Amino acid sequence: MAAPGQERLVAICRWHGAPACIPEKRTLDLAVVVGIDFIYAVATLALISVGLAIVFGMMRIINLAHGEFMVMGSYSAAVAVHHHINIWIAILVIPPVAVAAIGAIIERLIIRQLYGRMVETMLGSWGLSLLVVGILTMVFGDITEGVPTPLPGITIGAYQASGYSLFVIAMSIATIFGVYLVLRKSRLGLLARGTMQNAEMAAALGVDTSKIYAVTFAFGAALAGLAGGILAPVSGVFPNIGGSYISRAFITVIGGGPAALVGTISASTLFGVINQIATFASNPVYGEVALLVAAIILIRMLPQGITGRYFRGNL
Amino acid sequence: MGMSRRALLKCGVAATVFAPALVRHAAAASDPIVIASMYDLSGGLEAAGKPMYDVLNFAVGEMNAAGGLLGREIKVVSFDTQTNMQLYAQYAQEAALKNKVAVVHGGITSASREVIRPVLDKYKTLYFYDMPYEGGVCDRNIFIDGVTPAHNTQILVEHGLKTWGKKVYTLAADYNYGQITSDWVKKYVKDGGGEVLGTEFFPLDATNFGSTISKIQAAKPDWIMTILVGGGPISFYRQFNAAGLSGKIPIASTTFSGANEQLVLTPEESNGVVVAYNYLQTLDNPTNKDFLKRFHAKYGADYPPVSDLTMASYQGMLLWAAGVKKAGVLDREKVIDALESGISIDAPSGTVTLDPQTHHCIFDVHLAKMQDKKPVLIETFAQRKPADTAAVCDLKKNPREAKQYIIKVN
Repeated sequence: MAAPGQERLVAICRWHGAPACIPEKRTLDLAVVVGIDFIYAVATLALISVGLAIVFGMMRIINLAHGEFMVMGSYSAAVAVHHHINIWIAILVIPPVAVAAIGAIIERLIIRQLYGRMVETMLGSWGLSLLVVGILTMVFGDITEGVPTPLPGITIGAYQASGYSLFVIAMSIATIFGVYLVLRKSRLGLLARGTMQNAEMAAALGVDTSKIYAVTFAFGAALAGLAGGILAPVSGVFPNIGGSYISRAFITVIGGGPAALVGTISASTLFGVINQIATFASNPVYGEVALLVAAIILIRMLPQGITGRYFRGNL
Repeated sequence: MGMSRRALLKCGVAATVFAPALVRHAAAASDPIVIASMYDLSGGLEAAGKPMYDVLNFAVGEMNAAGGLLGREIKVVSFDTQTNMQLYAQYAQEAALKNKVAVVHGGITSASREVIRPVLDKYKTLYFYDMPYEGGVCDRNIFIDGVTPAHNTQILVEHGLKTWGKKVYTLAADYNYGQITSDWVKKYVKDGGGEVLGTEFFPLDATNFGSTISKIQAAKPDWIMTILVGGGPISFYRQFNAAGLSGKIPIASTTFSGANEQLVLTPEESNGVVVAYNYLQTLDNPTNKDFLKRFHAKYGADYPPVSDLTMASYQGMLLWAAGVKKAGVLDREKVIDALESGISIDAPSGTVTLDPQTHHCIFDVHLAKMQDKKPVLIETFAQRKPADTAAVCDLKKNPREAKQYIIKVN
């Protein structure tokens, strides 16, 4: 006796004139689950990269502490949950606010002194990342209560998928859309884009460029914190987990090219899909290798990144 | 002034350079016994390393309070290897040559052990590796106080095949420990009439298990064996639970709770995981209760749970001290002979005896299930022998051996 789902599928196949039904319902369920995995990989890459796309893509600041900004976002979420704050506020509101504040302080103390000096910024931000890891280890120790996953699993036919994966995908889309609205539609976005394009002209028109830089950096840091908060239930809250984010974020942003948003979307789609194909064919380690090989080939073929050649002129 | 300034400066430099040699001879008197502790106190494995380091110092403190070893105070030289293999090699050399320690207690991952072992062999410094590992080390200079596959993996596999089913999916850490132990799992599963549907390897910082969970669901195993190490793979349990699979597919683990992973997870994420260790903090015997009372008196009652890894460090220290007491001297050869004469201690995990043939331990192994972040005892297997290493290693017959035997599974 076939299961109800299978019966329905057989009926549909017959309706369309097929003599028998080839795809098993189970394979369809599995395809949906795997499809969610693919979109999830792309969404995660986009989420962790969009903050760096603002800071590096727009401001050309090589922030090697980007991963640590994310970790600070995760920790602020974990501390908030520990103090019994509502989980959604703890994940979505507190991390961006907290890390934006920290980012503003760091911009004033460190980054501001090093504008235009790429190598020194690299060194400074690298030292900053080590400092942050050390402080987090000292303050929180090596055993921290993590952030529990607030959404239950969902059943797709015979398989289980994580409801939280769908949430991450939704948040990733919302974040990209939100950044687009800010940059394209708001006055701050206009001032920021103008300043990044031509700082002297913007200053001549009366824009306080140093304030714009500070606010934009804080905005990028807030996005990093938000990513950290959203991914805290998934990857755990440890001081040195920033290292696993930073390389993928940089690869995605550089592969994306000059356009901050379109570049991030296109690069994360390309790398995410390649990563997942390789992961399913073998294991996650080779998935990462495939992502890196794809990045090398991409940069060789398109040295300016994807939006250096395609989708030009977009945000 | 008779001397020229140049001559004066030359003499001054020479004096400063040679002074320590003169001063040292004057200081002699009662030197302490110097031992080295070499654990990762930072860098990712500190959740395992710090408790082992603390308990080692605790054991030393107790011994010194009781009059020391051979009438001398024990001094611990500590090296923080920061989860960095290079530092293991460097510090092992330093401990052997500069500090000339009597014994090194250290190494957490099997990779670090295999870095230290040849160095300490070369410089003839006794080495105690107090950790669960993949078995097979056959080396006169090393004593290993930790569970091996014949101790715990075999018990876990037999329990799984009997209780849950014959189809197994393995997730393992991607280095020698994970790879060799997963081969042992294949062997024991095959011996029990089962089948390993697939084995996947993950580095210590892997955090993305989404595709793995989908693959597991497609393969439909009866249960999962995890041999995961590191902070990253803790998220496997988290994501497994997020997908609603906790409790649907049972998990057995050779490593879970060793670094107190259950503290970072919610009870739903860790309940039901079956483990098998020599020591569980919840063991109900007078030696354990007394140890915990004294330990908590010094480190506070809210110290993280003492895991099998931590206790192995304590027991390793007790075993070494028993050997030194029996030998009566610190000479390495005499201490090894004493340790090979059947040393036995009454430890918080039960009786622990050093097997002369393999330099491994014969001790109780307890099968337990995690419940509300604590291990609940299922069954005790008394005085299990290191059968896997004993099958290939006989240090009494071949004392010059110094290698690790690796199982070959087709």
